[in-house]
Amino acid sequence: MSRLAEQEVAGDALGAPASGEEGPYDGLRIRALTKSFGSYTAVRSLDLDIPRGSFFALLGPSGCGKTTTLRMVAGLEQPTSGTITLAGEDITRTKPYRRPVNTVFQSYALFPHLDVAENVAFGLKRRKVKDVAAQVEAMLALVELETQASKKPAQLSGGQQQRVALARALINRPEVLLLDEPLGALDLKLRRSMQIEVKRIQTEVGLTFVHVTHDQEEAMTMADTVAVMNGGVVEQMGAPSELYENPRSTFVANFLGQSNLIEGTVRRRDADLVTVDMHGVTVSVPAHRVHTDGDRGWVGIRPEKVLIGEVGAELDAPGNTVPGGVITDVSFVGVSTQYLVRMPWGQELQVFAQNTGRQRMFAHGEQVELSWRPEYAFLLDASQDVAAGADRVVG
Amino acid sequence: MSVEAPAPPRTPGGGRADRPARRSRRPRGSVTGYLLLAPAGIFLLAFFVVPFYSLVATSLFDPSGSDFRGYEMTYAWGNYVDVVRDYWGPLLRAMAYGAAATAACLVLGYVLAYAIAFKAGRWKNLMLVLVIAPFFTSFLIRTLSWKLILADDGFVVNTLQVLQLLGDDGRLLATPFAVIAGLTYNFLPFMVLPLYASLDKLDPRLVEASSDLYANPVAGFFKVTWPLSLPGVVSGTLLTFIPATGDYINAELLGSTNNRVIGNVIQSQFTDANNYPVAAALSVLLSVLIVVMVLVYVRRAGTEELL
Amino acid sequence: MRWVRDNLVLLLGLAVLVYTFVPIAVVVLMSFNAPDSRLVYSFDGFTLDNWLNPCADPDLCSALGVSIRIGALATAGSTVLGTLAAFALVRHRFRGRSASNLLIFLPMATPEVVLGSSLLALFVASGLAGQLGFWTILIAHVMFCLSFVVVTVRARLAGMDDALEQAAMDLYATPAQTFWRVTFPLVLPGILAAALLSFSLSFDDFIVTNLNSGNTTTFPMYVWGVARVGIPMQVNVIGTLMFVLSIAVVIGVEVRNRRRQVPVA
Repeated sequence: MSRLAEQEVAGDALGAPASGEEGPYDGLRIRALTKSFGSYTAVRSLDLDIPRGSFFALLGPSGCGKTTTLRMVAGLEQPTSGTITLAGEDITRTKPYRRPVNTVFQSYALFPHLDVAENVAFGLKRRKVKDVAAQVEAMLALVELETQASKKPAQLSGGQQQRVALARALINRPEVLLLDEPLGALDLKLRRSMQIEVKRIQTEVGLTFVHVTHDQEEAMTMADTVAVMNGGVVEQMGAPSELYENPRSTFVANFLGQSNLIEGTVRRRDADLVTVDMHGVTVSVPAHRVHTDGDRGWVGIRPEKVLIGEVGAELDAPGNTVPGGVITDVSFVGVSTQYLVRMPWGQELQVFAQNTGRQRMFAHGEQVELSWRPEYAFLLDASQDVAAGADRVVG
Repeated sequence: MSVEAPAPPRTPGGGRADRPARRSRRPRGSVTGYLLLAPAGIFLLAFFVVPFYSLVATSLFDPSGSDFRGYEMTYAWGNYVDVVRDYWGPLLRAMAYGAAATAACLVLGYVLAYAIAFKAGRWKNLMLVLVIAPFFTSFLIRTLSWKLILADDGFVVNTLQVLQLLGDDGRLLATPFAVIAGLTYNFLPFMVLPLYASLDKLDPRLVEASSDLYANPVAGFFKVTWPLSLPGVVSGTLLTFIPATGDYINAELLGSTNNRVIGNVIQSQFTDANNYPVAAALSVLLSVLIVVMVLVYVRRAGTEELL
Repeated sequence: MRWVRDNLVLLLGLAVLVYTFVPIAVVVLMSFNAPDSRLVYSFDGFTLDNWLNPCADPDLCSALGVSIRIGALATAGSTVLGTLAAFALVRHRFRGRSASNLLIFLPMATPEVVLGSSLLALFVASGLAGQLGFWTILIAHVMFCLSFVVVTVRARLAGMDDALEQAAMDLYATPAQTFWRVTFPLVLPGILAAALLSFSLSFDDFIVTNLNSGNTTTFPMYVWGVARVGIPMQVNVIGTLMFVLSIAVVIGVEVRNRRRQVPVA
């Protein structure tokens, strides 16, 4: 399936009402799913379409409802209302041991009293499948653990345990494989290599993977579609690049990467361009990147899209130019230099300059001008919290 | 025997607070819960709660009755006045011996638990097993063994006499010292295990941090280790004090008739003198006193996490 | 000297440990003793007679038999009741849960002499004063072992990761299969530990038993009885055997655990 087609599906799903168009859909479909714990609503009327064979990530901070959603799909939690259908079949109230869905648990939940092979064979044996031994062997080969078959989970390293948990779920060839922050317990280096490994296995077996994580980098690396969740609802869904380049809310803008958000007033709306006054500086934003109908809004620009130059210098990127900046902090991080620039209206903007060698480094206290190409800017609704999602824990 | 056995129940683990899903899992019918609990619950009601009620009733019977003639319920509250008047000595003695033994257990037990938790390294489990092991041998046999060790012409007494630490006609057996030593010995594991459970949870880096912040080892111990081990100290002292106060085996085997404690009296009033109202009143009095002391102690120690 | 100072706490701890073994050493030694008289209790000569004729005093072995029978039955009863209750308390939410917890906790916090005299008061009030014996001892033992079983099994259950059972359900195990293939095997060590604890509590109890025994004599009561007239050396044989057996069980369990989970560095 092409990326484009997926984006369309994803785009449809977000805006789609729960009614009417419930045709035969071969993927995982969630409609108006709600889960309340007493007075606390963990998931609020969630709609999602997850195409068959895709690698889908639910991304959000702790407590955003992503794990609860996953557990409802697994059948480990009963929805308060709403439906879950899988390949056209309603599984909302199906017992967990009767749904063709398997989970890789955050803690792996390997059975400590069974060895690796017995753990992997567990699901097949419960379903009285024939030829278990051969399948277990093949599955252990896939995750490169053939030699560990008779060891107990406690004798394995974290990465090996993770692969056993993956094998134990995968061997059942579920319609949907759910991964609940499966890499969270691994150290950074191991996590990166496991990300590639899991992605490879997904491509090999071609199953639908639904991956829950709070690590935006992990979601973007692994998934072909990402849904950003916050406060029990999906804020935005789409391909990683789309989410990153054109966020629709301050939460997405801050949670995925970093953004400079500058207060502005809309001056003119043309068919393809919106003009905004930003503390006396006029900038423009393409109409398809404007996500507010109001008079006021947040002008957003990613730090690496901002160009920094000497006062009055000819600019590489003719477009929106903001004069009057003073450098207040310089951090050299190797591939790039990160500046903090204080603007005339008091706000400090972040600028990441690639160390291409074409431009000199600026020093603390220097006067500079900032600019960016209009096509990189976006405009968000003024009613949103400018700091939403900014305090995330970097995984 | 697993180490967690007589140790105080663990505090509820630090589950991730950001997961409401974890808290309210298992929405199971309560009927099954009642059915599972019923056998044990009914048994304890019948053979623990009802008997205590029966004990209180017995303590209020007319003291002039006898096993032979039967007893009459006369709400004879005077029984309590009588037993306090007649037996305040053994009652106070039991408390004093219990308290002294608990204090001694705390000192010895703390050293041992600390050594196991922080210094034993890979011998941790072995040492824990060794703490419990001697106590699988009969309580009575071990106590009789102490009787032999502390005997008048035994090795310990002779050595102390040679060193002039004990007079020529001095003795250890049949003294309060022997009774307290016996109690200390017998109830030591009840102190060590909860202390160990508390200390083992303590992150040694906290002590390192305190020394980094200019605390000398003594200050580090009293400002960090000791306060954090308080839950273990509280449950350990309770688990030691309660049985040690009720015990009369040590007083009987290692003490003299001057060292009789309340347990001796209750036992002999019940089975030898068949003086049920007096024995029951003593027994009720003992449990009330212990409950009051425990409540006061727990409140002062400020630890509610006992259950 | 420096080494001593660095390891002072460990050495003191070991000293305390050694102290706990002193009476055991005496018991083991005395089991090989050939005493000159029954009244003067000292080591007079080495013999294997005590080990070869453990039942020289038939009363000793019949008391031992009574204790073993009561211990086995009390263990079975308290382990079954206590395990069920532990499951109820950990796995179910119902009204009266905290009252139940208190009911379980109280017998452990009550002096034995009070437990024993309460039961005696009940038996006397029920007109069973003449019926005291095997069954009343058994009831008493189940009662005071019960709480220890609940606490032990409850700790094991509470320490179990919920995700394990969820994983089993997720992997097509029905509730019954989940229980027998995952939950039960994982709780079993706790249940066995509780049973071992129950047996040793029952086998060793004197104070509660003595109040409710009638004419039945358990092993601790036998020892108590002969303590005044001079102890047959065979008592030390039994003491040594108890020690060796329990050490063997504990070490066996430990070795099995070690073999099961060799930690990977």
